[in-house]
Amino acid sequence: MKNRGWLFVIPALAVLAISAFIPLMTVINYSLHYIFAGSTPTFVGFENYVEVLRDSVFLQALVRQLVFSLGILAVEVPLGICIALCLPKRGPGVAVCLVLLGIPLLIPFNVVGIIARVLTQSAVGVIPEFFALFNYSFNVSKDPVDAFMTIFLLDVWHWTPLVALLCYAGLQAIPDAYYQAARIDGASAWKTFRYVTLPKLRSVLIIGVLLRFMDSFKIYAEPLLLTGGGPGDATTFLSLHVARKAESYQLGYAGASSFIYLFIVIVFSYIFFQLMTHIGKGETK
Amino acid sequence: MARIELEGISHTYNPPSVPEAQREYAVSNMDISWPDGSANALLGPSGCGKTTILNIISGLLQPTAGRVLVDGKDVTPMAPRERKIAQVFQFPVVYDSMNVFDNLAFPLRNQKVPEKEIGKKVRETAEILGLEDLLKARITSLNAADKQKISLGRSIVREDTAAVLLDEPLTVIDPKFKGGLRRKLREVQNRLKKTMIYVTHDQHEALTFADDVTIIQDGHLIQQGTPHELHSQPASPFIGYFIGSPGMNLLDCALQDNTLQFSDFHLPVSQELKNKLGSYGFGFKFGIRPEVVDVSTREQDGAVAFTVSVIEYTGAYRVLTCDRESSRIKARVSESISVTEGDRVWVSFPEEKVNLFFNEKRII
Repeated sequence: MKNRGWLFVIPALAVLAISAFIPLMTVINYSLHYIFAGSTPTFVGFENYVEVLRDSVFLQALVRQLVFSLGILAVEVPLGICIALCLPKRGPGVAVCLVLLGIPLLIPFNVVGIIARVLTQSAVGVIPEFFALFNYSFNVSKDPVDAFMTIFLLDVWHWTPLVALLCYAGLQAIPDAYYQAARIDGASAWKTFRYVTLPKLRSVLIIGVLLRFMDSFKIYAEPLLLTGGGPGDATTFLSLHVARKAESYQLGYAGASSFIYLFIVIVFSYIFFQLMTHIGKGETK
Repeated sequence: MARIELEGISHTYNPPSVPEAQREYAVSNMDISWPDGSANALLGPSGCGKTTILNIISGLLQPTAGRVLVDGKDVTPMAPRERKIAQVFQFPVVYDSMNVFDNLAFPLRNQKVPEKEIGKKVRETAEILGLEDLLKARITSLNAADKQKISLGRSIVREDTAAVLLDEPLTVIDPKFKGGLRRKLREVQNRLKKTMIYVTHDQHEALTFADDVTIIQDGHLIQQGTPHELHSQPASPFIGYFIGSPGMNLLDCALQDNTLQFSDFHLPVSQELKNKLGSYGFGFKFGIRPEVVDVSTREQDGAVAFTVSVIEYTGAYRVLTCDRESSRIKARVSESISVTEGDRVWVSFPEEKVNLFFNEKRII
């Protein structure tokens, strides 16, 4: 190898091997065997994969997961951009706004889940009390829609600030001359946003969308702590489903479903990346 | 196309809460008039207020005092768009998500011009700029010089553009493309006869682009004139030094009897000159262009002995730095005179080519 730079990458690769590569290989190994606690694993080829893809519970969890993640993106990205546009560009307000936005990001997942459980607890929580004013009985442990929406809004509250901060940094990097040129060209506020702001935010939005998609796809602690995935399967997302199988020692099934799970994340991330990199680059008409 | 006038323009970036006496003015009490269809330049060192003036003309900035007139009409309260004044910025401002055609069409589409007419106007503009073959190209595939042409194109594609302001448009352009783009700017101006104002700190760019150059220093207008006037009759020692390469030689001198007394030599003056100078006072600044300083290797009547300390070769000519005890003169000489560093030379100053300044103002 001519490039000695690789020598510097070796420690990082070693850490990656221990933290990612070895577990991944183990998962693939599990997924190809029938394993039951105490017995010797038997090789079964792709049988586990077939079982997973035929399992209606898995498929329902997958659809639920996709609805959730795409919904999250549809809300958090536009909302994040709007918040970033509304923030002051300079002055003492900047520091205050950045700290306020940063607070949700500092709270760990499990704490967020516990806060949500306290707020939504029937009879004592603030949220059921509030809905009671409108004669609506809000109950996360009985109503699937209530539970799903609680997790959804929780995520929006928790992570929109991340998108907003990324966009804010991106906005600060746009030179004033672009806005001056747009004013001279007589562009409306919408056209200025569409042809100046949005294209200049492209790279931060790619990062924002990928981060939010991947993170939301592995949501786990919040639904687990709120209702344990219930009521019924209303908040059983993919990660919960896989974890349940692993906890019940169906390691072959869990391995196969994790691998499919990983594959889906990669495919969707790739699609988003390609779309956002190439869309609206002024191609010939 | 239009005549642009500034009337008593002053601008301060201090907030109104700062008392009048403590305000720092970026531009003070400026009156300039640019005729319709002229090629003009605003020239001055960095931080002299050029860009402030430009932003005031385009309407991006409201002056603290004074009026901006376009064809005699007061446009001071108007927005940039209504003034119909276009601007080309220091670095090329283009819309990345559109192709070249859509970039050029953008100002017209904002005006709701019919698509058919847009196609015609855009092709005309592209032809003027030499971008015909690039109309369908992606913006991101172009070099900075072509992007700058598009930036200019957006300002000339509209027929109603009153004037085009160019804010140091060559600064970020690769040296390889600089010359071509500079000629293109000049050619577009000649062809369209649009009033253009070119702002720069580079005298070469200003003098080659403009028929009329305005020199600004510390927010004040120092001189406005043709490149030739600025070179041969600088209004102040600053302009004498600022214009020209190398700048004008400037030495302090005093009128004494029939001579101009310098710190370590003196020159005779004619009766006519003496009478003229006498009416002003005693202390003057003596200015002479390096191109007209006469250098000889032989002793001559009335010439002053100097020692050559540095010779700079530029190819076509040489610049000699000649020193005495406390005086230094630069002279531009041709290849025909042979000198080496350390040689003694006799320097004379043709009286008819001399500029004399009194209180920082040119009197002769």
